[in-house]
Amino acid sequence: MMNQSILLVIVLAPLLGSIIAGLFAKQVGRVGAHRAAIAGVSIAFTVSLWVFKLVVVDGETYNQQVYQWLQAGSLSLEIGFLIDSLTAMMMVVVTFVSLMVHIYTIGYMHDDEGYARFFSYISLFTFSMLMLVMANNFMQLFFGWEAVGLVSYLLIGFWYKKPTAIYANLKAFLVNRVGDFGFLLGIAAVLMYAGSLDYVQVFAQAPSIAEQTMVVFSGTQWSVMSVICILLFIGAMGKSAQVPLHVWLPDSMEGPTPISALIHAATMVTAGIFMVARMSPLFEFSETALSVVLVIGAITALFMGFLGLIQNDIKRVIAYSTLSQLGYMTVALGASAYAAGIFHLMTHAFFKALLFLAAGAVIIALHHEQDIRKMGGLKNYLPITYWTSLVGSLALIGFPGMSGFFSKDSIIEAVHASTIAGSDFAYYAVLSGVFITALYSFRLFFLVFHGQERFEVSDGHVPHEPAAVITAPLILLAIPSVVAGLFVGNMVFGDFFDGAIFVLAEHDVLAHHAESYHGLIAFILHGLMAPPFWLAISGVATAYFLYIKRPDIPAKLQQRFLWIYQILDNKYGFDNFNDKVFAGGSRLIGRIFWRLGDQVLIDGAMVNGTAKTVGLVAKVARKIQSGYLYHYAFAMILGVWLLLTLFVA
Amino acid sequence: MIADLPLLSLVIWLPILGGLTVLINGDNNIWVRPLALLVSLLTLVATLALYVGFDISTHQMQFVEQATWIASYNINYHLGIDGFALPLIILTAFSTVIVVVAGWEVIQYRISQYMAAFLIMEGLMIAVFTALDAILFYVFFEAMLIPLFLVIGIWGGPNRVYATLKFFLYTFFGSVFLLLALLYLNHVVGSFSILAYQQAALTMQEQIWLFCAFLIAFAVKVPMWPVHTWLPDAHVEAPTGGSVILAAITLKIGGYGLLRFALPIAPDASMYLDGLVISLSLIAVVYIGFVALAQTDLKKLIAYSSIAHMGFVTLGLFIVFRIFANSATGSGAILAVEGAVIQMISHGFIAAAMFLSVGVLYDRMHTREIGDYGGVINTMPMFAGFAVFFAMANAGLPGTSGFVGEFMVILAAFQANFWFAFLAATTLILGAAYTLWMIKRVIFGEVTNDNVAALTDINRREFAMLASLAGIVLVIGVWPAPIIDVLHASVEHLLTQVSQSKL
Repeated sequence: MMNQSILLVIVLAPLLGSIIAGLFAKQVGRVGAHRAAIAGVSIAFTVSLWVFKLVVVDGETYNQQVYQWLQAGSLSLEIGFLIDSLTAMMMVVVTFVSLMVHIYTIGYMHDDEGYARFFSYISLFTFSMLMLVMANNFMQLFFGWEAVGLVSYLLIGFWYKKPTAIYANLKAFLVNRVGDFGFLLGIAAVLMYAGSLDYVQVFAQAPSIAEQTMVVFSGTQWSVMSVICILLFIGAMGKSAQVPLHVWLPDSMEGPTPISALIHAATMVTAGIFMVARMSPLFEFSETALSVVLVIGAITALFMGFLGLIQNDIKRVIAYSTLSQLGYMTVALGASAYAAGIFHLMTHAFFKALLFLAAGAVIIALHHEQDIRKMGGLKNYLPITYWTSLVGSLALIGFPGMSGFFSKDSIIEAVHASTIAGSDFAYYAVLSGVFITALYSFRLFFLVFHGQERFEVSDGHVPHEPAAVITAPLILLAIPSVVAGLFVGNMVFGDFFDGAIFVLAEHDVLAHHAESYHGLIAFILHGLMAPPFWLAISGVATAYFLYIKRPDIPAKLQQRFLWIYQILDNKYGFDNFNDKVFAGGSRLIGRIFWRLGDQVLIDGAMVNGTAKTVGLVAKVARKIQSGYLYHYAFAMILGVWLLLTLFVA
Repeated sequence: MIADLPLLSLVIWLPILGGLTVLINGDNNIWVRPLALLVSLLTLVATLALYVGFDISTHQMQFVEQATWIASYNINYHLGIDGFALPLIILTAFSTVIVVVAGWEVIQYRISQYMAAFLIMEGLMIAVFTALDAILFYVFFEAMLIPLFLVIGIWGGPNRVYATLKFFLYTFFGSVFLLLALLYLNHVVGSFSILAYQQAALTMQEQIWLFCAFLIAFAVKVPMWPVHTWLPDAHVEAPTGGSVILAAITLKIGGYGLLRFALPIAPDASMYLDGLVISLSLIAVVYIGFVALAQTDLKKLIAYSSIAHMGFVTLGLFIVFRIFANSATGSGAILAVEGAVIQMISHGFIAAAMFLSVGVLYDRMHTREIGDYGGVINTMPMFAGFAVFFAMANAGLPGTSGFVGEFMVILAAFQANFWFAFLAATTLILGAAYTLWMIKRVIFGEVTNDNVAALTDINRREFAMLASLAGIVLVIGVWPAPIIDVLHASVEHLLTQVSQSKL
């Protein structure tokens, strides 16, 4: 039986671990800190597995309040848990990847002076993310939403002496706040039209909310549901880094590699995807919103992929790949194929965490070298890292049989079947994205592991495989990267998410697809004949040709198409634009308001102006008060005369 | 029973008499500091007794005390508290303890007078929140200025004379209108009872005049744009303790005055002129948010941030009429007013913590310029932890008290008008921008100069101060219900008052 105690254990164990590692680091020491943190997350993972079993095998669900946060009138805001198949799956993914990253961190951060602090942060992150996915209401969702943002801020700026790191963390937090701005307004709209923030109550009213309209700009009637969903989706765009709020994610790579894997690839950035899927009972009633989601996702999937082609920092290539894959998930949501999006979220969590951790292993082996131009030929030195990276890369490009194949193919098929506005564009975007994905993934793979050895060997220290605490998580992540696809039958085409995800019959692109689903083998065989497979193969082949066979060609291409290269190198100009217009503009407005508004107009004219006027009047008045008796006598006579002439005469 | 004791008189006069005792003992007495701490702690305990004995089920005034003061004018020593006053009183008592601790080593000059000024001010401020007689209220309202005036004037910075004069004249300008309004109401109802004032039958024109008088008086205190420019100057010149009290309590008297006088006495005028107050509040949030971004002086930045946060208080109080118009259920209006009050309480703790943090730095470096800092975390890691925490609270992060009020007011504002919520919610971005940008420049990065390199981390006394504030900020953020529950009955009563036309 699921009860509140075991759910509380899941969230509080990592929190306790975080507190011990963070506040009592001196008392427990380095080893004590990592033991406490790992114990907390291990407990959370184990109990999550148990809960998963209860939900999936025994068919239980859970929806109860833990305590009342506050009550205002008839409105009750609560902390509570909603556990269904969607939540249970997220809990397992979050705690599993988190556990892997915790173990990996022992090796990766071994020499860092902030060792205990790092463990404290990642455990706090696990707590926050669990609060987010386990919420049964919008208030708690927002709580978890912002809490993961906080931890992300702390971790990107973990090396607080690096100017780039503290620039990146501020940027990440502010860009996310732009998303949260929309998200909070969306929550306010939900409250206004549903009168509650409890998921179940809100979802129950979705059909009636969908019939209402509201005025945003005077004179136009907007569908309430579209307004709500688009506002909520702005929040998702911030967290899940969709264009144009994607700009923070590549910079977030300033943080240590384990958090790139955990937060900025596997879990936190998928919060937006999770949220939209959770809100499917709302989004289903607004085709406008679904179209927005679809188009934004398609733009992100394609155009962020291009940027991955020209990056030379190993982590940044994977970061752009993450952006692109998040775009795929978003596209799935827009096409009402929520289950496919969530499925891709899960498989991506495994293989992307794997790729990042493998990149970390390479970085460690090369003494913090991140430039792929200074790598090459590492296959022989780092066999475990090599093979696990290969697994991760194949999964990422959707090689038939790997987990990513099932999830990505489902998305592409779903978008193909979708009839929502923008679905044609989205289809071609995600389809071409497959080629791009294969190209940048294997460009990275070949440049790092094959070809000439371009790294510097100092004092005969050749690169060697890192310690077992680093390689073990790679292997453990490689396993689900291969086999997680087995669940496609249940999760995407089966009834796994029934009750958690809601799809209107007319939007149900997956149902159509499910009819032609005849098991894994058939799926794979079908995949071998479909365009995505051939696009992926040609992507790999192109990468092989360009970076192994004829490494001179990329440079020539870059010269020939310099203007394209420059557009990509400037990341389409988003960063420049934001820096100049938003950051610079805000500071300028601030100075103008302050100097002109406060100092010149209010203080200068009103306040000190009044004082000066009073002073001036006093100066004149002082002249009159001369103190000479005859002056006063004269004034008095004048006054009497005036009075007499005015009133008597 | 607790309710039968003259607790209100105790919490007013204990600190005042205690302050006088401290004053008489003089600077050379080694017991000055412990005595001041003892008095402030006893007062805090007494205010907590108020909380224990408080009945949350009624909006009626509790712990009422009444005695004739000046019989010929029917002026009474009439005290009592409801759900609005109680949390503000506890906040006052707590802040005074913090201020006494904050001045422990830092103030060496005229220590007994310094401690006495704050203790006496504590009694006067609590009296303001408890007075139910208009003249009594006014006397305390004005008397409160004197110790604060002295604190800034004696222990303040180099430009203290300008700042004190500006501060005094600004607030005095406002209170002249307050006195006129109070006297006029006496003329109408025949007594000075504030509760009787609230019942007074008034025409629209009378209400508008009265409302404007109250608005001017209390808007200066809050402070609302455009009568806010005294605050940054006063904060910059004030010693740390002065800034703490100024931010934590005196600003709250503005908000308290609006909900005690303006709304219930002139409900129709409040409704008629709500657009004005809402506009000024939103300007405070947006305009002041930008201004805060441009500040290079730590205290000015936090002062401007205070103004922006207080914008949520006035916004929450005055959107209720629009919410009534838009929805049948009153729960949005309750959310708005309770959000406004909790925002006052929360801001009291967070602003106090922010000013204390600046004080901690100022005591070591004697500069408030952001540019003189950089990389403080390297030499003061424990302090940096607190600074980041309070910055996040100031930016309204969920889980801290700063979130509760803003969240409630923004949710409610949406029910009044989409654009109110839109503009109010910009604080999510602006508040984070000016606060965290400051943190980036002051706390993070490499050590920028020798002065920062020579910094020492906080001592036990400073740790205790900041940790207790952090604890409260966290507890309110995680579980605001205990404070909100105190408000319910009073808020519902206030909403009944404002929704019944006097015309």
